[in-house]
Amino acid sequence: MLSTLTSLLLILPLLAAGLVALSPERLSKWIATAATLVIFAVSIAFAWSFTGWTDGSIAPRELGLSIMPSLGVNLSLGADAVGAMLILLTTFLMPLAMIGSFTAVKEREREYYAWFLLLQAAMLGVFLARDAIVFYTAYEFTLVPMYFLIAIYGGAERRAASIKFFLYTFFGSVLTLSGVIYIAAQNAAAAGSAWSFDLATLADFASTKLSPTQQYWVFILLMSGFAVKVPLFPVHTWLPLAHDQAPTAGSVILAGTLLKLGTYGIYRIALPAAPVGVVELNQFFAILCIIGIVYTALICWVQHDAKKLIAYSSVSHLGFCMLGLFSLNSIGATGSVMYMINHGLSTGALFLCIGMIYERYHTKDMDQLGGLFKRMPVWSFFMVFFTLASLGLPGLNGFIGEFLCLMGCFTAEPHSVSGYPGVLGPWYALVAGSGLVLAAMYLLIMLGKLVWGPLKEPHGHDHGHGHGHGHDHAAHSDSGLPTDLSAREVGILVPLAVVCLAIGFFPKPMLTAIAPSVDQTLAKYPKLVEQYAHDGSLIKPTTAKDPRVAMAQPSSDK
Amino acid sequence: MSARLTLISPEILLFAGSVVVAVLGLARNPAMRRAVPFVTALFLLASIGVTAYVYRSDAVETSGLMLPHLGGYAKALLASIGILLVMLAGPTIDRRLEEAFDAGRASFDPIRVMRGEFFAFFLLSIAGTMLIANAADLIWLFLALELASLPTYVMVAVSRGTRRAQEAAIKYFFLGALSAATFLYGFALLYGATGTLELSKIAEVLASQSAAGGISTLAIVGGVLSVLGIGFKLAAVPMHFYAPDVYEGASSATTAFLGFVPKVAGVIALMVLLAVFGFDGHTVTAGGSTIVMPGLPAPLAAVLWMVAVLTMTLGNIGALLQRNVKRMLAYSSIAQSGYLIIGLLSGPEAGWSAVLFYLIGYGVTNTAMFAVLASLERNGEDVETLDDLAGLRTRHPVLAWMLAASAISLIGMPPLIGFFGKLSLFSAALGAGHTQLVIIAAVNSAISAFYYLQLVAVPMLGQPNARTETVQAVPSAWPRIAAVVCGVGVIVMPIGVSKLVAAAGSSLPEGKIVASTPSAAETAIAKR
Repeated sequence: MLSTLTSLLLILPLLAAGLVALSPERLSKWIATAATLVIFAVSIAFAWSFTGWTDGSIAPRELGLSIMPSLGVNLSLGADAVGAMLILLTTFLMPLAMIGSFTAVKEREREYYAWFLLLQAAMLGVFLARDAIVFYTAYEFTLVPMYFLIAIYGGAERRAASIKFFLYTFFGSVLTLSGVIYIAAQNAAAAGSAWSFDLATLADFASTKLSPTQQYWVFILLMSGFAVKVPLFPVHTWLPLAHDQAPTAGSVILAGTLLKLGTYGIYRIALPAAPVGVVELNQFFAILCIIGIVYTALICWVQHDAKKLIAYSSVSHLGFCMLGLFSLNSIGATGSVMYMINHGLSTGALFLCIGMIYERYHTKDMDQLGGLFKRMPVWSFFMVFFTLASLGLPGLNGFIGEFLCLMGCFTAEPHSVSGYPGVLGPWYALVAGSGLVLAAMYLLIMLGKLVWGPLKEPHGHDHGHGHGHGHDHAAHSDSGLPTDLSAREVGILVPLAVVCLAIGFFPKPMLTAIAPSVDQTLAKYPKLVEQYAHDGSLIKPTTAKDPRVAMAQPSSDK
Repeated sequence: MSARLTLISPEILLFAGSVVVAVLGLARNPAMRRAVPFVTALFLLASIGVTAYVYRSDAVETSGLMLPHLGGYAKALLASIGILLVMLAGPTIDRRLEEAFDAGRASFDPIRVMRGEFFAFFLLSIAGTMLIANAADLIWLFLALELASLPTYVMVAVSRGTRRAQEAAIKYFFLGALSAATFLYGFALLYGATGTLELSKIAEVLASQSAAGGISTLAIVGGVLSVLGIGFKLAAVPMHFYAPDVYEGASSATTAFLGFVPKVAGVIALMVLLAVFGFDGHTVTAGGSTIVMPGLPAPLAAVLWMVAVLTMTLGNIGALLQRNVKRMLAYSSIAQSGYLIIGLLSGPEAGWSAVLFYLIGYGVTNTAMFAVLASLERNGEDVETLDDLAGLRTRHPVLAWMLAASAISLIGMPPLIGFFGKLSLFSAALGAGHTQLVIIAAVNSAISAFYYLQLVAVPMLGQPNARTETVQAVPSAWPRIAAVVCGVGVIVMPIGVSKLVAAAGSSLPEGKIVASTPSAAETAIAKR
């Protein structure tokens, strides 16, 4: 049952993409919406029968179809609790993104919806993959639909944005692929040339049999792809451009799910496979995260373009998420996973809200817009709601993840009295915490400009409005949309708001489901952290002190 | 000896085919001349059947070749891709002339018709390439390489009847002659160092030299020169200079041929040659004792390493600077050769089977790209620049999609066939311990994404302009059919990837290269 549902999650979007590609142009959006709703229903059924909620195990465990027997590549599918949550997030956001595109996309509709369904298949493939090559295939294939979505349906600079997006991510991920194959090749050499790309096997082998130096370099290779995708500080520059140029639904999916492929990749592959590398480079990457948090928050502060502001805030927020993961203790990592989900919900919703404004006014410039509360009270309500969720107001979903990430980082001292060790500490948390203050500032400034204050609308727009004055539901002159949100648009935002509230008030089921998975992923870390604190480095000290070298010895004798 | 004759029956068939085609092309009856490409394709199809038949017989084991099964795979691959290449070239050769004959503007003149010659040379070149796989001695290897090369010079010259094609042919010919001299000199040194022309004997002598303290310098220099000379066929650095000019000068259909068949010739020739030097852990029986080879001689391995790095890097950087699609694809094919050499360096089991598997994907993708170009024309001229392709999607959506799919496959994007090729190559190289080489190749494939993406972006997203308005599909549907077959192949071949990999793997020896078998000894005696 479970394995059938798992396969369906991968097959249905592919089939639907084919169906949409062959359907008549005007039916395509309906077919796509229906398909995404069906897939959402399947994912609910999957979640219902999923057996890994309580113990952090991966389910189902059946071996998949063999693709390349010579290299031991199998189409094995399965997810742990974290993967299952991200699957739910993906299937939940997708119908909303589809419905949100009804009025925004007017030409080449068929292609648009087909690409989105392919994108969904790829994203679900990443979260379902139990084989490194399947993971990489799905991970990499997300580039193609997204490339076309940005390049065909994007803004004025769409060509540059799409190429930059593609090349940045591709450059990183080929290095990730080399890292993965390197582990597999070492594993094959140790196992008498029996290749395997099973993620669990590779992680197990790499973390126990590779020397500290090997793990160090493997971690660097793996991170070069994931860091671009997250994105971390120096390689984040593709994201604002891509977000800014992408169509609204593209931005929603990009922020909601695609960025999580990076964090999920680190969680699923880099952390289990190269613990020595992780600990050794932990402080370096944490500092990159913190620079990213503060630097992009400052950029947000001076943004005039609302969509770019949200895009930069994504970089800043993902910095928190990564910092939580790099705390290497269960508080921080749990918070990080929570953050992945919640950032997807609230930032996705914010992009939808900005998109709705853009459809009406054809601008995202905050200097040309203002006081929209007077014109669009319903929209303003949602905008304020999701902004508050995004800046981490207690009671809404953003708070819990952010709080846990920072707390994990704060307690992440090697000899932490709280029992949640790591190699960071209060200073890291303190500097990163300033990002919270900045986030509150720039997000509230955005609200102040867009929602409150005197009404300001772009020139040339007032005329069209003159006719509709006094009639709230009068159609706009050009977009055919009512002044305030239509029932369809409210229908998109309400489910998001409900989920945000629900998670905010009742996060416990999620936390308890995440904890076992996190504990398994981090099982090796307390010991390494202690050793790192003792020796100052896991690579440099004399080999005699290093227990893992002794462990690696028998394998080389074989 | 009879076993070897049996194994070359596909080649014999193609020789017969080339004679038939050459005569048929001179026929006064236009219908017979029109039948030339079909007859060519039929002979290729028949040669696949013959290959499948003879390579299942026990002639393979008794042939005494060092890589006996390699030929079966190589011949089937060459003939299959050859049929697709015929679909490209068929309607283009002599098109103007035939139209003039039909319209009565010119009277039939057997001196001026070229179609028969073109396809005769087409078959000869493929036959020559097939023969390389059966080479048992250096003379055979040299002659087969020349038989593969010489017809291509003529094909380039007659491909479109313009001065540029003739200029390209002359350049190609002189540089080809230079390369032939280089590897022939290498062969001579190998002969001098070992005192025999037979490849299996050379392997024995080199093995005993290696056991006695090291392979002689003379043999290593000979090996290096041969590798560099054969590198011309692959368009590998430092013999790569001709590729952009020749690709640009020849017609698109001929360029498709040049992008594939000589590359296979080079790869197989290098395999045959490198097998002589022995790989790590391979055993050679010489003089009654079994010698375990220490691996490729260090200088030879170093040369191959450098050639691989330079070839892929210079190829990719060169391609970045091009606006002409054919020149871009020429540099891209140089870069692809770099990846192939990584596989050649990674040993005869995993590495070479990865190379052979890579060649299938590369052959189909390469044909798809040039088929798209061959399907289009502007005022009767080949379409060459990126600007000509702008907004191709609006007028020829299928061709635009096929071009995009092949470009994305060449990037190495999963789940298309190009990715699986790269995956096998990289896995083999990492398995053989070439970590740096793989990192360099990974960075290179990221660089290559930039220009391959232009082949996606320009046709799919560009705006049609006045220049592209004049771009039209050629009257014949065959190139378009080839484009669709290959383009769809790029997308669906991954489904059968396990079968293709298995086929490539089974064509190579497992564990050891047999240097000396009774039948090889017999033939040696028979010759004396």
